[in-house]
Amino acid sequence: MSIIVLAENAGGSFKKKTFEAVQYAAGIAQSMGTTVTAVALGNIADAELQSLGAYGANKVLHVADARLNNLSARAYTKVLATATEKEGAKVIVALHDVTGKAVAPRVAARLKAGMVAGAVSQPDMSNGFVVKKNVFSGKAFAFVNITSDVKVITLMPNTFAVKKGEGSASVEKLDVAFDDKDFSVTVKEVNKVTGAVPLAEAELVVSGGRGMKGPENWHYLEDLAKELGAALACSRPVADSHWRPHHEHVGQTGGTIRPNLYIATGISGAIQHLAGVNGSKTIVVINKDPEAPFFKAADYGVLGDALDVLPKLTEAVKKWKASHN
Amino acid sequence: MKILVCISQVPDTTTKIAFGDNNTTFNTAGVTMIINPYDEWYSLVRALELKEAGVATAVNLVTVGKADAEPVIRKALALGGDEAIRIDTDSNDPYVVAAQIAEYAKSEGYDLVLCGKESIDYNNGVMGAMLAEMLDMNYIGFASSLDIAGGIATVKREIEGGEETDNSPLPLVVSCQKGMAEARIPNMRGIMAARTKPLKVVAAAAVNPVSAIVSYEMPPAKTGVKMIDADKMDELVNLLHTEAKVI
Ligand SMILES: Cc1cc2nc3c(=O)[nH]c(=O)nc-3n(C[C@H](O)[C@H](O)[C@H](O)COP(=O)(O)OP(=O)(O)OC[C@H]3O[C@@H](n4cnc5c(N)ncnc54)[C@H](O)[C@@H]3O)c2cc1C
Ligand SMILES: Nc1ncnc2c1ncn2[C@@H]1O[C@H](COP(=O)(O)O)[C@@H](O)[C@H]1O
Repeated sequence: MSIIVLAENAGGSFKKKTFEAVQYAAGIAQSMGTTVTAVALGNIADAELQSLGAYGANKVLHVADARLNNLSARAYTKVLATATEKEGAKVIVALHDVTGKAVAPRVAARLKAGMVAGAVSQPDMSNGFVVKKNVFSGKAFAFVNITSDVKVITLMPNTFAVKKGEGSASVEKLDVAFDDKDFSVTVKEVNKVTGAVPLAEAELVVSGGRGMKGPENWHYLEDLAKELGAALACSRPVADSHWRPHHEHVGQTGGTIRPNLYIATGISGAIQHLAGVNGSKTIVVINKDPEAPFFKAADYGVLGDALDVLPKLTEAVKKWKASHN
Repeated sequence: MKILVCISQVPDTTTKIAFGDNNTTFNTAGVTMIINPYDEWYSLVRALELKEAGVATAVNLVTVGKADAEPVIRKALALGGDEAIRIDTDSNDPYVVAAQIAEYAKSEGYDLVLCGKESIDYNNGVMGAMLAEMLDMNYIGFASSLDIAGGIATVKREIEGGEETDNSPLPLVVSCQKGMAEARIPNMRGIMAARTKPLKVVAAAAVNPVSAIVSYEMPPAKTGVKMIDADKMDELVNLLHTEAKVI
């Protein structure tokens, strides 16, 4: 029967969020008394494929076609549908990220499968197949019962802590017959922000709002981010004023993030901003106004001028790191 | 070239969310409904721009919803668009909604189908990809720009840690997000014109649901913020390590 999980890779190696998806699939497999088959696409070394075993994959089906190194939603869909049929799988897991969201709904539509997009819990099988997800932009959760025979889940990244275990997966080649249409979306240009931690997967995020006063003060945030190994984010007016690039803007109209730590500096905490960050595990708010709404959503608050507090915080992180090495 | 823009209605962003019937239904009493921001600001405006530029010949709007969705679709018509289609059923099973739109669209010869990156109520972000599969079209998700020349679409889309520019032949489904266009405000002429634009109501196709929301839950309330003196940042760092366990 087996649980299928899409094991996304980046340039031939797997990242933490893929391990999280595999581990999540393993949890489902355990409650259903079955095994996990990871599906990997593109050029990936065998040792790397086997390493998914440490997170609960029993088998890896590998489609070693270089055309799959980049996302092709149609081709990926075909691969997952083929793997599902071959394994007689009843549950398909992918990540709720740009790749998973392009592929998993297609698979669901093809297989007439019900799906939960952005799951934050293991399925509860005591009465149906019920999965929890965020709704109303983080203001509530819904419990969704999937009633079809085959079920598709996209897992919200950074929901579960990843634990590496023992074990190595067996690797099998999978042949899938593609046609030209499967690769009819072609990539013309790729622009990656190099060096920085990508915001969507960052565990620690340092963010600034209008209270930072201007782009010339961003070095305070950059220093702190560098010391923590954190990614940078900002509020919408900051991006709209071109103090920071638009891909750093979080909130209802920007990115949605769920880091372990979100440090909001000089951000008032408007509901549209919170919509993008209220899934963060811990929120630190630095603001000079004791009435700032963000304090109500915070775990830790610091009342003070950002330009004054930030260097102190950076210094404290430095000191702490030195004493913990 | 014909464009179909998918419009969903959602509770206004500042709505206080509340549930009834033992947390099994969303309380709509007193809730103002708006056009899903991604549909209003990005996909609809970009479709109108393509028509104004002479690239598109028709821009139609579709919504899956009961009669209570009509004020919102009229507002969308006031921004522009030639006609609206309302498919007369309500569902929060994304498969059902996609199947309804696909059933209507499959024989209409649309070259481009636009939707928003996600609806801000159920936050699925799946409609575009589902529709693409059902209509056997290409799909490009989370797009921040879209141009069409010589039957080929050039689309910028979000990727992890950056952006990618893709080319695709038509027909194509694109989900739109920030960057795609500048939001517009309906003017008087648009509002007047919308009153007489066709709003066709189409009966729903028979589609079996494959999922259902069984209940809702509010997130646990924050236990209250712990204030740290601005001169004691060592204490904050320590708490982040020992108490919050995030560093
Ligand atoms: C439909 C809609 C969608 C929206 N989407 C988004 C979105 O996706 N993301 C988003 O962020 N916003 C969004 N907004 C805008 C949102 O409502 C707020 O206007 C915005 O988040 C405010 O940004 P801010 O907190 O940086 O600025 P402000 O509201 O101006 O707040 C600045 C804060 O900094 C504090 N401050 C000032 N000086 C200092 C100092 N020296 N030290 C410390 N603190 C200081 C102030 O006390 C204040 O709390 C949206 C709005 C609408 C209507
Ligand atoms: N009931 C609906 N009617 C028409 N379009 C919809 C409906 N629900 C969702 N959409 C479209 O699909 C997009 C993504 O929604 P979702 O996948 O539900 O998050 C929205 O921005 C709309 O463009």
